[in-house]
Amino acid sequence: MGYVAVKGGAEAIEASIERLKYERLRKGRTLDAGAVEAGMRALVDQVMSESSLYDEAMAALSIKQAEGSPEEAVFLMRAFRSTLPRSHYSLAIDSRAMRVERRISASFKDIPGGQILGASCDYTHRLIDSGLLEETDEESARWLSDYLRRDTGAVDQVGAGPAPMSAIDYVRSLGLLKARPADDAEPKDVTKRAIEFPASRSERLQILARGQTGAVTALGYAALRGYGATLHPTVGELRVGRVAVYAPNPFASAGAGSDGDAAKDSYYVGEIRITAVETLVPVPIRRGLGRTEIEFELGFGLSFGQNETKAIAMSLLDQCLESGDKRSAVQDEEFVLLHVDSVEATGFISHLKLPHYVTFQSKLDSVRRARGAG
Amino acid sequence: MSVKSLYNFAFFDEGSKREVRRAILKAVAIPGYQVPFASREMPIARGWGTGGLQLTLSLVGRDDVLKVIDQGADESVNAVSIKRLVTGTTGIRATDDAREATIIQSRHRIPELPLARGQILVLQVPMPEPLRFVEPSEYATKRLHAEKEYSGAYLALFEEIMKYGRVATGADHPVAVNDRYVMAPSPIPRFDNPKMDRSRALILLGAGREKKIYAVPPFTKVASLDFEDHPFEVESVEGRKCRKCGAEGAFMDEIVDDASGAAEYQCNDTSFCSARAGARAGAVDAARAP
Repeated sequence: MGYVAVKGGAEAIEASIERLKYERLRKGRTLDAGAVEAGMRALVDQVMSESSLYDEAMAALSIKQAEGSPEEAVFLMRAFRSTLPRSHYSLAIDSRAMRVERRISASFKDIPGGQILGASCDYTHRLIDSGLLEETDEESARWLSDYLRRDTGAVDQVGAGPAPMSAIDYVRSLGLLKARPADDAEPKDVTKRAIEFPASRSERLQILARGQTGAVTALGYAALRGYGATLHPTVGELRVGRVAVYAPNPFASAGAGSDGDAAKDSYYVGEIRITAVETLVPVPIRRGLGRTEIEFELGFGLSFGQNETKAIAMSLLDQCLESGDKRSAVQDEEFVLLHVDSVEATGFISHLKLPHYVTFQSKLDSVRRARGAG
Repeated sequence: MSVKSLYNFAFFDEGSKREVRRAILKAVAIPGYQVPFASREMPIARGWGTGGLQLTLSLVGRDDVLKVIDQGADESVNAVSIKRLVTGTTGIRATDDAREATIIQSRHRIPELPLARGQILVLQVPMPEPLRFVEPSEYATKRLHAEKEYSGAYLALFEEIMKYGRVATGADHPVAVNDRYVMAPSPIPRFDNPKMDRSRALILLGAGREKKIYAVPPFTKVASLDFEDHPFEVESVEGRKCRKCGAEGAFMDEIVDDASGAAEYQCNDTSFCSARAGARAGAVDAARAP
């Protein structure tokens, strides 16, 4: 058993913090936060998504400070988020009214509006490109202007037209999608009020949307392998693109009519890039007399930035939790919702590094007594 | 962009502080009842005292004096870290002296010196639910509390008697507050449980990760769960004498002497120990004076 350090904690902390800075700088190069924002889009998106704070510059700075650790960067962002007064809620965003950059369906080959591959790693071979070692700013600029010349306007105009009919609408029109009444109840904000069980769908979706990418993916994977889903789900539609955010006029007279009025009397705040996924999950329905029919249920996933795996996994978990069946862990909302948060999980696991001298001494006392009494 | 320009007095925005204070008021009104609150993410990790920290930050004013202890020690790394965060964002004074502090945030100990009226003891809580190991579901435990259905808690103690011949709880031995709610006192040693009973200071308990706040108001009855034939027992400190200040009857750390390999003891409450050792040295000096 080590000696219990009584004095000197403050000096030791100072030295440790200094050492951390040394590790960040020891290779003699300073990472520019702007370079992180420009070249680490995927990590910036992941951090914004898990932080539930949409700010690319802040996320990039956090990544720099955290030496690229997503858990640490998310931690910084979440703590910063705690200090921001939250005076307004935006109006509901219809993710179909998106400026689409990527839109694919695994259910139908020809979806209305067509499949738009956009930017994705899905169609690349994962071979390390040694050419990137020699990439220069001048070369990149040349390529960029050339690309923009070849593809005039395409970069910004993709999907700028009216939102095409979604694949989900089509399945619904065939009467194969389980009918659900529209629920326009004001969502509960899990960051303003602690979640209580049973949770509402709005609470579940919020927690999944800000869940740790790895945790949401792992549980979604478990659902897909058979802990949850009984039949193979299909991605009805996956969309990546930009949506506009509006805040209602704070000075509008209270109860001033419908959402439509609020939309007219609102302020444009900016736009965010999101990934939205609708998954079709086939579910067997017993019709009596030993007859079973298949019906589809819908799972929804949404994430800040381009985080496709997480959004798909989220859509699977949404359906699992919505089913009300509790046969497996991924259908149990307490199990799923209380364990996917990055800050909570990493915090509690890392607390095991704290001293436990008192608690251990107390347990030692009772172990010794029990042995003596034995 | 410096830290100063980005953050508020006591870190939080005022709206967040008000929300935490509302939960505290409810907790004080219903002793031992776990009030859910929208726990904010803090600049220190979940599980490292964020519940206690949110209580402290929501309560602290410019005239407060803060003491922070981690497992008995004022200078333990995490205590120093929390102290630095609160003093750094508020500019208030910190102290090691338990009598001088208006707010004492502690992880897993109640100071040896009795607390006074007007002081607030903030305890950090990892697992606020005393029934969690009996029943994993939060939905179910909430109902058990509502119905005052505590046979599971007693059964857990009874099973220990069956298995080990005695109640074998370590720290965090459950208590009944005001003859109503069974409460996790946080992982304080059993030695500290009796200090909660009719405490003159307000005791607030905060669990950041589990998003619960609860309280023991001053002069409230707090009884450790036990049976008539197996009464509650604190850890034995008999025959243990502090090697530094000579105290007996205080909670001790067990220290293995590097040279001899023998166990030695030292007060776990470091500020209590240092004050005593200082007083003794002073007395020795006075006796030496011509």
